[in-house]
Amino acid sequence: MFKILRQSFNAGVVTTDYPAKPVETSPIFRGRPVFDFSRWKDARPAAEICPTSAIEVKDDSDARMVTVDYGKCIFCGLCADASPEKAIRISRECELAVQNRADLVIQAKYKLNRDGCQDHLIEICKTPSISASAVEVAGKRFKEEIAHILGRSLHIREVDAGSCNGCEIEIVNLTGPVYDIERFGIHFVASPRHADMLLVTGPVTRNMELALRKTYEATPDPRLVVAVGACGCSGGIFGENYASLGGVDKVIPVDVYIPGCPPCPQALLHGILLAVQRLQQKLIKSRGRSV
Amino acid sequence: MNVSSGLAPILDELRRKFRSQIESAEISSVGEVYIQIDPITLSGLCAHLYRKFHARLTGVFSEDCREGDGCFYIRYVFAIAPAHGYVVVRTRIAPGKPEFISLTTAVPAVNWQEREIQDMFGLKAIGHPNPHRVALHDDWPDVHPLLKDFDLRTKLPPFQGERHHFREVEGEGVFQVPVGPVHAGIIEPGHFLFSVAGEPVLYLQIRLFYTHKGIEKLFESMPATHGVFLAESISGDSSFSHSTAFCQALERAGGMEVPMAARLIRTLLLELERIYNHVADIGAIATDVAFVVANAHAMQLKELILQLNDRLAGNRLLRGMNRIGGVRRGLETGQIQDLRDVMDSLRGRFDMLVDLIFSSMSTLDRLENTGVLTPQTAGDLGVVGVAGRASGIDLDVRRDHPYAAYDGLKFRVPVYTAGDVLHRLKVRVDEVCESISIIGQAVEQLSIKHASMARGDVVAHWKILPPGQCALGFVEGWRGEILHWVRTAENNRLERCKIKDPSLQNWPALSEAIQGNIIPDFPVVNKSFNLSYSGTDR
Repeated sequence: MFKILRQSFNAGVVTTDYPAKPVETSPIFRGRPVFDFSRWKDARPAAEICPTSAIEVKDDSDARMVTVDYGKCIFCGLCADASPEKAIRISRECELAVQNRADLVIQAKYKLNRDGCQDHLIEICKTPSISASAVEVAGKRFKEEIAHILGRSLHIREVDAGSCNGCEIEIVNLTGPVYDIERFGIHFVASPRHADMLLVTGPVTRNMELALRKTYEATPDPRLVVAVGACGCSGGIFGENYASLGGVDKVIPVDVYIPGCPPCPQALLHGILLAVQRLQQKLIKSRGRSV
Repeated sequence: MNVSSGLAPILDELRRKFRSQIESAEISSVGEVYIQIDPITLSGLCAHLYRKFHARLTGVFSEDCREGDGCFYIRYVFAIAPAHGYVVVRTRIAPGKPEFISLTTAVPAVNWQEREIQDMFGLKAIGHPNPHRVALHDDWPDVHPLLKDFDLRTKLPPFQGERHHFREVEGEGVFQVPVGPVHAGIIEPGHFLFSVAGEPVLYLQIRLFYTHKGIEKLFESMPATHGVFLAESISGDSSFSHSTAFCQALERAGGMEVPMAARLIRTLLLELERIYNHVADIGAIATDVAFVVANAHAMQLKELILQLNDRLAGNRLLRGMNRIGGVRRGLETGQIQDLRDVMDSLRGRFDMLVDLIFSSMSTLDRLENTGVLTPQTAGDLGVVGVAGRASGIDLDVRRDHPYAAYDGLKFRVPVYTAGDVLHRLKVRVDEVCESISIIGQAVEQLSIKHASMARGDVVAHWKILPPGQCALGFVEGWRGEILHWVRTAENNRLERCKIKDPSLQNWPALSEAIQGNIIPDFPVVNKSFNLSYSGTDR
């Protein structure tokens, strides 16, 4: 007993300051690829090298549409190597969760040269996503919001709908002393009947479709669904095939998408936080009043 | 590359004994023996390899070569530890007679693999004692996804619910307890049906393949360079082990010489993957017997390694570090020092964690004699890895079939015979210590011999993979033996990529180990094996 106490005492407080302080990743951490569209001369090599078709090129006579989908990205960083003009930079950003799937997609329209390279950028089409400051405010109000809406606790049921178990490693880490999700009043629960939120990983395999539907139906309203990882958002590297349906929203409605392969614990926390905001919107909508 | 000369005498002996039944035989350039024989001779050859050369049948899989050779092949991979090599035997299956002779009765270790061939290729295993579906669930239409004329993107009718008929267990006071596929914890999906009389478990039936994602078929649809990332997603906790096995298979197929610096870096990262998983399992085993404080300490150590992984590879699970021919980047002096410092810190903190667990009598009491897997059963089922070594199976690919830089490193392979949860824990504890020592040795070699590592020094240069080449990639992942077998196609693509995760081999052993134990002990017994569902289901 004495040994246990002494060791705990020696360990001290190990919990991270996130979200009060920004994410600390290593200098070489591969987060969101950032595109300098006006500098980009040829998107084809990056599109070809991308293992999940997160970068796609569509040519129409002298115009080119380049689509970048962060929902498909596995953050391998190969695209940056395939842009000699340095139009792609791998940033350390990891807080990429969004409420609308379309917010993960950027499209850039180019005028083409005769040689198939991009002459100049015509326009960038992108839905404005949640700004960083909004999330920061939410971070500060996080605890109060949960307290207010859910009576001090958010209960999450994790559902693996066919993941490789990479996302599960990071979700388990949320429950450990370093990320300690319980400090926000968030608990992982054993049954969907106790849950406010489903945290769903995997591309949804054919064999898990029914189980996922049943789990969703067993979760009481108002319920939230958070799709985790490249697979949860889009099917990731598995895409759509005879055994994989290609993303959680193919089966049940999704409130928040968290890209990553897998998303790091802070990225998960950030997405869960966004979902709580969404819950408030849902409640206003369904009850016709503010909560 | 380990071209093993030990296989030549074995091949000579087989040629003498089986003469005309051997249709063709050769030793490939990377030292794998390839033999084609008449299916009738198979069981005789198998028995001979077992008896005379202590061979272990480690993989059975099929290939659809109807287009090229007008037939299917079934391939049998034998690992011959004393010769440090592999013998791959194949038999022809005519499309007009789509069946093969089952070896399961003699070698129960291949039970699931033979059934998977039935499901995936529509070839019938003649004489299989339990020829039911395993990979495709019972509600699947009559399709065989690995046939070349089955399109990867085929849209199947939606899943209508499981119609699997479990074996009846009857008797006074016998109850069935179904669990899953969605489990109570944050773990992967699978279905367990316990038959219990009172608290003790009489029989456990395990139904898997809920996470089947068509991975082997997907490998055939993408360039090999993309395949590295798919390999990382076979089982997330073994991202680096699987991608290493995949890269090694292609490097062997392409005759590439991987630079020593890259091999040392792979070795370091493989051991880091082992450490973070073992430490997490040690903590989780403690949790499952209610010693939660130990898990809190273990999770700190796991986080220590995951953050180190990020600083070395740019990803906490070591993804995006492997490439065919080597690794994507070298390690800078600062990173190597970082690795040294973390190992120094880990050593002391890990000892304290182990001391905490082993000085808790109530914890040990729950682990001792719980979930016993006897050496006899482990041997029959071909159990590999941690679970095998705790049950007397002295097997470690790093030592028996060295790859990466393991040839020049000294380490001990812990083996126990008790086969209970406690000893599966002990194997992990010993292995973490060995891993720290391996990392120390590899770091020394790296900093002495390869002080300057420009990008060119960590990857072999290659442009085209020669088509039609077969090769194995083998890695002792933290769970056990991982095998990849590839046959290359034109344009740097793959004709076939067979994946074997150790979990596939070990699942049936869990059913045996739990018998007679009480259901409340199932989580800890299960955790002590900690098998991958995704790796099994692919």
